Amino acid sequence: MDASVSAKETASTFEADVREIVTAKYVRAAVASDAVAGVQPRLVVEPGSEQELAKVLKLADAAGLAVIPRGGGTKLEWGNRPARADVILSTVRLNRVIEHAWADLTVSAEAGCTIAKLQEVLAKHGQRLALDALWPEHATVGGVLSTNDSGALRLRFGSLRDLVIGVTLALADGTVASSGGRVVKNVAGYDLPKLVTGALGTLGVITRAFFRLHPLPKETRTVSCVTTDVREAQRLVTAIQNSKLAHSALQICCGAEMQPRIDVLFEGTEAGLTAQMEQVKVIMGASAIPEVGGDVWNARQEIWSSGKGNAQFAVAKFASLPARIAEAIETIAKLSSPKSRWSVVAQATGIGWVRLEGAVSAVESALREFRAELERARGSLLIAHRPVGMAELDAWGDAGDSLGLMRAVKRQFDPQATLNAGRFVGGI
Amino acid sequence: MESRIFEELREIVGPRGLITSREELHTYECDGLTNFRVLPRAVLLPDSTEQVQKIVRVCHREKMPFVARGSGTGLSGGALPVENGIVISLTRMNKILEVDFANARVVVEPGVINLDVTGRVAGREYFYAPDPSSQSVCSIGGNVAENSGGAHCLKYGFTTTHVLGLEVVLADGSLVHLGGKTLDAPGYDLMGVFVGSEGTLGIATKIILRVVKRPECVRTLLAAFPSTNEAGAAVSDTIAAGMLPAAIEMMDNLAIQAAEAAVHANYPNCGALLLVELDGPVAEVAALMAHVDEICRKNGAWEIRVAQSEAERALVWKGRKAAFAAMGRISPNYIVQDGVIPRTELPNVMREIGRLSREAGLRVANVFHAGDGNLHPLVLYDRRIPGQEETAEALSSRILELCIAAGGSITGEHGVGEDKKKMMSKMYSEPDLETMQRVRCAFDPLQLSNPSKIFPRPRLCGEKPGEYVAHPLETAGIAERF
Repeated sequence: MDASVSAKETASTFEADVREIVTAKYVRAAVASDAVAGVQPRLVVEPGSEQELAKVLKLADAAGLAVIPRGGGTKLEWGNRPARADVILSTVRLNRVIEHAWADLTVSAEAGCTIAKLQEVLAKHGQRLALDALWPEHATVGGVLSTNDSGALRLRFGSLRDLVIGVTLALADGTVASSGGRVVKNVAGYDLPKLVTGALGTLGVITRAFFRLHPLPKETRTVSCVTTDVREAQRLVTAIQNSKLAHSALQICCGAEMQPRIDVLFEGTEAGLTAQMEQVKVIMGASAIPEVGGDVWNARQEIWSSGKGNAQFAVAKFASLPARIAEAIETIAKLSSPKSRWSVVAQATGIGWVRLEGAVSAVESALREFRAELERARGSLLIAHRPVGMAELDAWGDAGDSLGLMRAVKRQFDPQATLNAGRFVGGI
Repeated sequence: MESRIFEELREIVGPRGLITSREELHTYECDGLTNFRVLPRAVLLPDSTEQVQKIVRVCHREKMPFVARGSGTGLSGGALPVENGIVISLTRMNKILEVDFANARVVVEPGVINLDVTGRVAGREYFYAPDPSSQSVCSIGGNVAENSGGAHCLKYGFTTTHVLGLEVVLADGSLVHLGGKTLDAPGYDLMGVFVGSEGTLGIATKIILRVVKRPECVRTLLAAFPSTNEAGAAVSDTIAAGMLPAAIEMMDNLAIQAAEAAVHANYPNCGALLLVELDGPVAEVAALMAHVDEICRKNGAWEIRVAQSEAERALVWKGRKAAFAAMGRISPNYIVQDGVIPRTELPNVMREIGRLSREAGLRVANVFHAGDGNLHPLVLYDRRIPGQEETAEALSSRILELCIAAGGSITGEHGVGEDKKKMMSKMYSEPDLETMQRVRCAFDPLQLSNPSKIFPRPRLCGEKPGEYVAHPLETAGIAERF
């Protein structure tokens, strides 16, 4: 019997066993739209519980099948093309908000719960997960954690690593393990919630999570101002950061066809906001424009949709030092022009998002050079969307001298590389 | 063999960097938790990363366990030496290497004292936010090991929120860099798991910290309540009103008496004292302070003071920060406990602590970080009375069990260390603990770095990770996992 026949038999036995666990209704053949970066899996499985999910994962691991965990599927293109993909393990049915302990400012939710649904439940008690994730209508708890997605509110509230206080994981061998819990302050044992945040599902499948919450703001105000160039924008951002203002978000938006604009978000009481608006206008000078709505805070998400028609484009997330955002933007402008159109949304934390539109080869070489510049200053660049034909550019860049340690961690958690094989840094 | 190794170690650190005399070794036999004592074989005092690497390489070759130590102020026995092991004291590595105001980053060596970081940046109106009560003596390296908190972590977060990068000597002597000056370094957040790992994953030799701009104003309100129930209700109402104060602290009557006796903070004599600190822009703080005042009065506060000057504010805090040590004024001996509960469980847990205290015939003073449900019950006893120490220890453990039963944690900031490793099995199931130890096995397969801490049973790193096995309590339907 040749190897491919044997593999087919294993797969069909696996499929039969999985039907036993989740019932036939929740197992289906994968279709073209289930492909991940062009790699076509065979099966989509939708377990109905944490235990079912762990059992399916264990079976797949035993059968040597490669598993891609999937939430809302909004960020499946982040990371590298999978080395193998047999089974999509979907959390779509694990979608409950388990408990909103509003008086304790905590919530627990299953991995497949969308961020929008979670926020809706929390808002009933005037609270929120202080996270402005991408595509919240579809993005899930497990997905935002695994991709470490955060937006402009990070400046004040931190990123997911600061908001997640507990997780339950299903490991490739079927182990179900929890770490952390429902209290905000807790130093018992290793902080596995942080370990799996941003791990792209390569260590285990997150099945549920606990978060600390924040009150919804009583009032919010946004002030914007257009600056002459990015150096001026940087100067203002630094001045605002150096002031005693208690802003919640601060970003620079600019592009090939857009003068730099600074947006500042304030949240708090009417009295507090009025006073701060006056102070920020002094820093910004005559060009300050108070805005009524908060639409400017969609800028990060709009980077994906801002193009003309079906032009090919790339999106990347960059990390620079907060005082060197202008340099990063100037670098991108220099590397892109005149061949590609570019736009950037950069936050005062030093994290920014860049969109490049143009011929694939020009976009790719600009990103390569941009990454090299960033890495020289100890920053990094993550490719989050790639045009067709740019498959070879690594999504992550240099992981530094701890890559060996990361591989050792991976071997401990998923020795057969069952989960998201090859999609993470250094081929993990 | 002994002398050969010592000779080699002496060559690395020089004659003044090696302690082997029994007399001097006694200084290192315990940390802030004094009821466990182990004499190390030797204490090494390296003054550079290279020296730490060389020492650790010798340990690795000889399979000799080592324990890193900062200022030795830990309260869970995390820096307790291990039998036949050495202690690596980082106190000589005490330089602030870089202050980068433009990016609000400070790079320090592990022996730098917590408060000295703020001291260095205060001139430009920055501060280092994590503020454990021992901040005038504890080291940043120790803070990293324990993920130290403090009163202001309610708003500002813990040590882990403020550490951006680490240089770490692993147990085989190799050097790795985790995180960095920029955010979201590619790969796993190993820095996130290292902070709070209590010295079991290696030794941090360089730490990149984030410092924070001082708020425009700080106001501290002191409110006297008839009991902890009313004070607790005021805390809940404050949170429910959508406020996130910089700190909310509570002390019960016994703790107030002790603090008064020790530092004369001029606290009102009441059933429970609440200390609420708000910071931020002046107008914002003024509006919120009026609201907190109203909430306190509504819940029965009979005296409310707002510190009017920095000196008054310092005095208010002095009483709170001296509360543990102040117990010595009212009791010959005491156990400092550290547990966490969901804030809403406070009245129930307080009632139970009261009941257990009466049953045991021992007084319990209570000091809380009330905003985040972190309790510090202090069990008072007299060692000279036969059996009382054992009764006090049993009572202290029962209080932790209350915390677990309430859905909380066995430690909010002091760590597991040697002290609470047995309690870990009560809080976590076997698969939970086994999964955590996979991290240990990746970092330190020989388990040389602070072995026998945190986990009740070490996992053999060679063994194949086992499959999921339900906890006996779970099978019996008594407990479920979270």
